[in-house]
Amino acid sequence: MKIKLTFWKLVFFFIMASAVYATYVRFAKGLGPSTNLSDQFPWGIWIGFDVLCGVMLAAGGFTLTAAVHILNIKRLQPIVRPTILTAFLGYLLVCVALMFDLGKPYNIWHPLIMRNPHSVMFEVAYCVMLYTAVLSLEFSPIVLEHFNLHKPLKVVRALLVPLVIGGVILSTLHQSSLGTLYLIMPEKLHPFWYTPLLPVFFFLSAIAVGLAMTIFESSMSSKHFGQHLELPIIQELGRVLLVVLAVYGILRFEDLLHRGVLTLLFRPSYETYLFWLELVLALILPLILLTQKRIRTTAGGLYVIAVLVVLGFITNRLNVSITGLESSAGVRYIPKWTELAITAAIIAAGFALFGLAAKYLPIFSAGEHRPTLEEPETAAPAGVLSYDGD
Amino acid sequence: MSKALLYDATLCIDCKQCEGACAEKNKLRYDDAVAAEDKQSEHKFTVVLAKGDKYMRRLCMNCAEPACASVCPVAALRKTPAGPVIYEASRCMGCRYCMVACPFGVPKYEWNKLVPRVQKCTMCSDWVEAGEPTACAAICPTGATKFGERDELIAEAQQRLRENPGKYVNHIYGLNEVGGTSVLLLSSVPFEEFGYRTDLTRDPLPLFTYRVLSRIPDFIPLGGMVLGGVWWITHRREEVAEAEGGHEPTVFYPRHDDRRTK
Repeated sequence: MKIKLTFWKLVFFFIMASAVYATYVRFAKGLGPSTNLSDQFPWGIWIGFDVLCGVMLAAGGFTLTAAVHILNIKRLQPIVRPTILTAFLGYLLVCVALMFDLGKPYNIWHPLIMRNPHSVMFEVAYCVMLYTAVLSLEFSPIVLEHFNLHKPLKVVRALLVPLVIGGVILSTLHQSSLGTLYLIMPEKLHPFWYTPLLPVFFFLSAIAVGLAMTIFESSMSSKHFGQHLELPIIQELGRVLLVVLAVYGILRFEDLLHRGVLTLLFRPSYETYLFWLELVLALILPLILLTQKRIRTTAGGLYVIAVLVVLGFITNRLNVSITGLESSAGVRYIPKWTELAITAAIIAAGFALFGLAAKYLPIFSAGEHRPTLEEPETAAPAGVLSYDGD
Repeated sequence: MSKALLYDATLCIDCKQCEGACAEKNKLRYDDAVAAEDKQSEHKFTVVLAKGDKYMRRLCMNCAEPACASVCPVAALRKTPAGPVIYEASRCMGCRYCMVACPFGVPKYEWNKLVPRVQKCTMCSDWVEAGEPTACAAICPTGATKFGERDELIAEAQQRLRENPGKYVNHIYGLNEVGGTSVLLLSSVPFEEFGYRTDLTRDPLPLFTYRVLSRIPDFIPLGGMVLGGVWWITHRREEVAEAEGGHEPTVFYPRHDDRRTK
């Protein structure tokens, strides 16, 4: 255990050190020397992975808050906080990634006063801003509780329901708008991925990934933070995941059928291989596994399914943002090491910050004597936070 | 009325004076090395391509309903009533969505600068605004590039097609492409040979995103009401159950489901 942790620490410091140098290259030399982006291919993995996937992976936040606070499914309560934490960290890291990708990051506030409501990017900018604000408020009780600040806690608690409703609306808009971004390029995006339904697909898959990420986190937390695994809860999530994936799969198939793209599926090409990779990882394998009750009800099975779904939809987002645009651009894009270093550092920072928050803040167990945001009756069993990472 | 450019490739003699005049107007370097470059870039807004004795210009099409202007979150790119699509660098935050969205791949980026700008032909907007022709049209010795009212140029292009059967490809490029452009092209060889896509939609591209965006103002209050309603129902049930004698709070799922979680 000790050796393993040291190994991961070494990896972490290596990633961070290379990211520091990459940051220097990015801001001292500019986007050209620090990326493989070009006039033909202006968006790379900082948009395709850090932003598109970052937002998608944060979807557990709105899915779970809606389930618990709007639908009033109380038994999901113990896992709401970790998902809010993930969503909050996710959005903060998306903002960090944007600072690297924007040509003039110091102008990031311009959409506040220079408006173009016809632009999807304008909608995206407002959703990122507003939802990050909502998430910080949804996250604040955890910090306020920790420092025993009762008055502000009361205020936030009073605002909870409107906040959650606002958060769900903003997330719906934001998740789908990342798909809408690509609707403007009917001639550029490959027909596997260009469909008027892109916003619907982005939204539905975000729900699926939100559920998968919640299962993934619960499993990881039970492994690394000595947290009791809420098996009945993740079984429940697994069942909902099956339904969401099935609906998504049927819609996706219908869409390919009606656009007459099905025949392309068996014509070997660069796009075909990556499309199949996406289908197998995101839909075919998880659906097969989820329909097996023997697998769907075990912690290990659910963990594998969650990882597959997450990887599958990461492939989907990269296909939409990179694979699908390469042929029309006439170039192949492979990220430069600097781009990879920044992306790796953002992922590593996500894990590290999650670990720190889990260690020092009441994420998994709401303290008994403190006033909590949620009703105390369903508070999580007071798990011992025994993360011995340092 | 909206101004436009008509470029008739059959009149072009590849003298490249339009390239030089464009560079001068936009204060860009122009020498033999730049003249030899055969693609648009952040330092070359227009280019005359040659294939044997056939020539073709490439420049920003200055679309009637430009995708670049529609996608720009801060309205740094704008279509002016006179015709040109202009760019205001001070508004730009460098998201490069314009580059991704442009169906002609026109906007270029100053990748190697620390304060980068999007660069493209802006149809000499200050001159056009003052009623003057663009630099490229003014200098063209053969009239291959002609400046004028868009409607009149279309009529003239149609007349040239009518009067010279067989001389031209029977198509005015830019008349309907992506809803029409302020640059119109005539050619004797297929436009694809010079990289112009002929499979472009006739719908203005901004429509594709606006169909979705225009629903947001309805979605927000509707979504809020539905979510608020569901919240009220699920919590009201619980209150009623409590008031009726301290039963277990009713939850969204039937009670037998609950047992699993205990």
